[in-house]
Amino acid sequence: MKKLLLSSIIVLIGITFIGRLSYLQIFSFSPNQVLEDTAIKAIYDYPERGYIYDRNGLLLVGNDPAYDVMVIPREVKPLDTLEFCQLIGVEKEAFIRKLNKARIYSPRLPSVLVPQLSKEDYARLQEKMRKYEGFYIQKRSLRYYNTNAAANVLGYIREVNERDLQKNPYYVQGELTGGTGVEQQYEEILRGRKGVQYIQKDRFNRDIGPYKGGILDTLPQQGKEITLTLDKILQEYGERLMNGKRGGIVAIEPSSGEILAMISGPTYDPALLVGRERSRNYSKLHYDTIAKPLFDRSISAEGSPGSPFKTLNALVALQEGVIQPSTTIKCYNGFYVGRTKRGCHCGGGTRNLNSGIYNSCNAYFAGTFRKIYEKFPTTDEGQDTWEKHIKSFGLGNFLGYDLPTGRPGRIPGKEYYDKWYGDNRWASSYIISNSIGQGEVAVTPVQLANMTAAIANRGFYFTPHILKKVEGENIENPHFTAPKYTTIDRKHFEPVVQGMADVYNKGTARWVQVPGIEIAGKTGTVENYTKIDGEKTQLTDHSVFVAFAPVDNPKIALAVYIENGYYGSRYAGHIASLLIEKYLKGEISRKDLEKRMLEKTLEHEYAKPYSGEEFKINEYVW
Amino acid sequence: MSGKNILKRLDWLTIVFYLLLVGIGWLNIYSSTFTDNNASIFDFSELYGKQLLFIILSFLSVIVILALESGFYERFSSVLYIISIVLLLGLFVFGKTIAGATSWYNLGFFNFQPSEFAKVTTALALAKYLSDIQTDIKKRKDQFYAFLIILVPVILIIPQPDPGSALVFLALIFVLFREGLPLFYLGIAVLAILVFVTTLMFGTVWVGIGLSLIIIFFFVLKRTSFKAPIAPIIMVFVASILFSLSVNFVFNNVFEQRHRDRFSLWLRLEKDPSKLELIRKTIGYNTYQSEKAIESGGFFGKGFLEGTRTKGDFVPEQHSDYIFTTVGEEWGFVGTTTVVILFTLLLLRLVYLAERQKNDFSRMYAYGVISILLVHYFINVGMVIGILPTIGIPLPFFSYGGSSLIGFTALLFIFLKLDANRLNEWG
Repeated sequence: MKKLLLSSIIVLIGITFIGRLSYLQIFSFSPNQVLEDTAIKAIYDYPERGYIYDRNGLLLVGNDPAYDVMVIPREVKPLDTLEFCQLIGVEKEAFIRKLNKARIYSPRLPSVLVPQLSKEDYARLQEKMRKYEGFYIQKRSLRYYNTNAAANVLGYIREVNERDLQKNPYYVQGELTGGTGVEQQYEEILRGRKGVQYIQKDRFNRDIGPYKGGILDTLPQQGKEITLTLDKILQEYGERLMNGKRGGIVAIEPSSGEILAMISGPTYDPALLVGRERSRNYSKLHYDTIAKPLFDRSISAEGSPGSPFKTLNALVALQEGVIQPSTTIKCYNGFYVGRTKRGCHCGGGTRNLNSGIYNSCNAYFAGTFRKIYEKFPTTDEGQDTWEKHIKSFGLGNFLGYDLPTGRPGRIPGKEYYDKWYGDNRWASSYIISNSIGQGEVAVTPVQLANMTAAIANRGFYFTPHILKKVEGENIENPHFTAPKYTTIDRKHFEPVVQGMADVYNKGTARWVQVPGIEIAGKTGTVENYTKIDGEKTQLTDHSVFVAFAPVDNPKIALAVYIENGYYGSRYAGHIASLLIEKYLKGEISRKDLEKRMLEKTLEHEYAKPYSGEEFKINEYVW
Repeated sequence: MSGKNILKRLDWLTIVFYLLLVGIGWLNIYSSTFTDNNASIFDFSELYGKQLLFIILSFLSVIVILALESGFYERFSSVLYIISIVLLLGLFVFGKTIAGATSWYNLGFFNFQPSEFAKVTTALALAKYLSDIQTDIKKRKDQFYAFLIILVPVILIIPQPDPGSALVFLALIFVLFREGLPLFYLGIAVLAILVFVTTLMFGTVWVGIGLSLIIIFFFVLKRTSFKAPIAPIIMVFVASILFSLSVNFVFNNVFEQRHRDRFSLWLRLEKDPSKLELIRKTIGYNTYQSEKAIESGGFFGKGFLEGTRTKGDFVPEQHSDYIFTTVGEEWGFVGTTTVVILFTLLLLRLVYLAERQKNDFSRMYAYGVISILLVHYFINVGMVIGILPTIGIPLPFFSYGGSSLIGFTALLFIFLKLDANRLNEWG
């Protein structure tokens, strides 16, 4: 027993040790040790971010050097504080406070003392920097915007957050990444790849040479420059026209699906989100919950399409053979759904397809819509057919454009109404509002523009996209370069296009003709409601317009959606015509109209629901 | 009888273990003090160069130890013991202070630590006293003298202060147990330690409940075989509870904050993460860094000279007391397990050799050697891997340091010499 005692203790100790060691070295061991190891520090070499150009090679976004004054508190020698403060443009008290803060953070590690000096300050300081030990200047690269427009398309640069870090192991805390827009969508192309150098540290965090002789180190890869499909001049002009107005404008080149302009109002100057004032400006924009300048209305604002949607219903009816262009329907300054009369502003009379479109007759399209459903033995089949055709225009889904935000809109299917009314407890009369683009259908401006492009192309579209070239090479992604065909035969488009052309010639937009350019378009006046103190209240109609030009060889198709702008040709129609003229001719002949559109704002309309007082809608104040 | 055939009679298995430990130890010292400036391994200005010199000196001392007649150690044990006591006393006058402890004589080219020498002589003296025909360990008076031999150096070493080394001498009590000291003493000591630790961790109430459960279990188990000694068990129980109650008082009122810190660190009493973070940076820095370094080695380690924490000097005293962390970081679980197994095999081999001695003196000395090596190995590795509180003593044959390496070598080889001669000495 006594002889075995010591041996057992020896063996027991050995087992305990091996147990503890296996806990430490096998169970607690984490394989990501190069990144977590406090003894190894990764030093990154960030490449310059790629430039962004517009479709004509005009610079949109470049880089600007910025200079941070850095300090390593331990190395600071007594200095002429007053002179130094003058040089860097900081109050003496602030300087001492910042220096103390840096010392508390770490006496041995560099801290930013003054971020982002101006070039002038830098030039003055550079000469004398040598005199001040412990301070040095670190060059950084900031985004420089060669335009005050397109903030919603370009996006901004922000610091990575927890979610990015979890999602993508490339990033480490404190790095920058694109937020929204192109900067986010094409982050990896623009960013390039940072170089890394692993440095071995001792316990005082001093460098003691490269880790493993540098075999894991990499060189940075430059970010690539990209060319957008955007037309800088058109974009800037559109944003000026949106002065004081809310809404979205999207212009597309029908023959390629390239987005020429993508305007959201109100917007902001992209330069606000760069530099020292960034966070203050961002908060201001973020917390403006009424105007929502950060909300990209051009791709995210869902609303009823209004009358432009009638063109699609006409196409569906033609395709299904339930009407001919010559088919007539009588308008009684409205139409009846059961015993209820629904109004129409077309003036009444007998309408065919052509006059139905150019006078935007509600009765004509209600009748047409019914005919579609009446063709089929059940409403369900009618709804399926209608839904299939409408969705082939890219409505009711995310469309697949290359921007990171957006909304799908809504093209209701039979399930939607089954849920609402119950199985087989509804018919075309229940959903008759869809015939005129009110009701349950919802679209975004980019979808409207794309739909218009599909009509302009007489039956197909290219998925709208914003990226044109990478490093001068055209994109080859078939998702964007292959046409997508609608379910409507080409021959059915001509009468509809003719109707849209007549909207300008003799219809609802005859006042907004552009001399010398043949335009096809369609007005829309969208009734809309909001809740004020829990009560459903109607607001001034949204002004909507879709158009493409020239009629026979379309170069531009666009959708303009102006919130509370009253009837279609009032704001949207005018703005659309100005944009078309600007794009096709380069200059504006109707200077007075241009002046009016640039100057008139709708702020008084937007203030109404918040005024707390009774207000009138659809006032004719011109 | 010493001559050519001493080499044949030596226990070469032990020597192989010894050489392996010294060799691996030196490689790790080389790695943890290596500085990338391409100096020769014999550069004596570098610590690894010095250690190589100490290894050579150890080998020379082995030759001297083996050359001396084996009877010498038994005969001169008292004299050697007295010399070492004098040397310890001399420290109070001539001692050199390093890192706050006056434990060294400055001999010019290196510092000599007499407590390392005293470990050998105390083991010899104790063996000599116990093997005397007059001594009966069952007698109180003889127990007292035996304890005195152990306690004199302890009392001289504690004020240096070097509590770690002092603790090592207490390990010699194992020799007494082997020679017949009732195990009762050991039981009391183990129980006291258990009650102390569990009281700090769980409180007196749980200690009481736990003890009661053990006693009930004991009764259930023994019910049929024989009558249980109820009175002593109840006495032990009551004493334990009283002791447990006193632990809280002593811990909070008698201990100083630094002692409390060490215990709360060891037993992980602190749960508040912000305070834990502070502890890691202050009193727990060594333990935290050594655990992290070992952990970062993983299964296969980072490779020789590739330990990032070793290179960055994150672990203080890494070449001496914390040398095991280098093994952990650079050689991983494979390396640490190998070292643990080597120590286990060496110690078991020594137990085997001890038990085959015909001579009482040799056996008792062997037990002294084993006890000293075991307690060093146990406390050092236990401290480094974070299961024992921080007590600074070297890992035998491994840690940097001339006195300790030569001391341990002498300790071991004196026994190997005695073992080689066991067949010539009947009695």
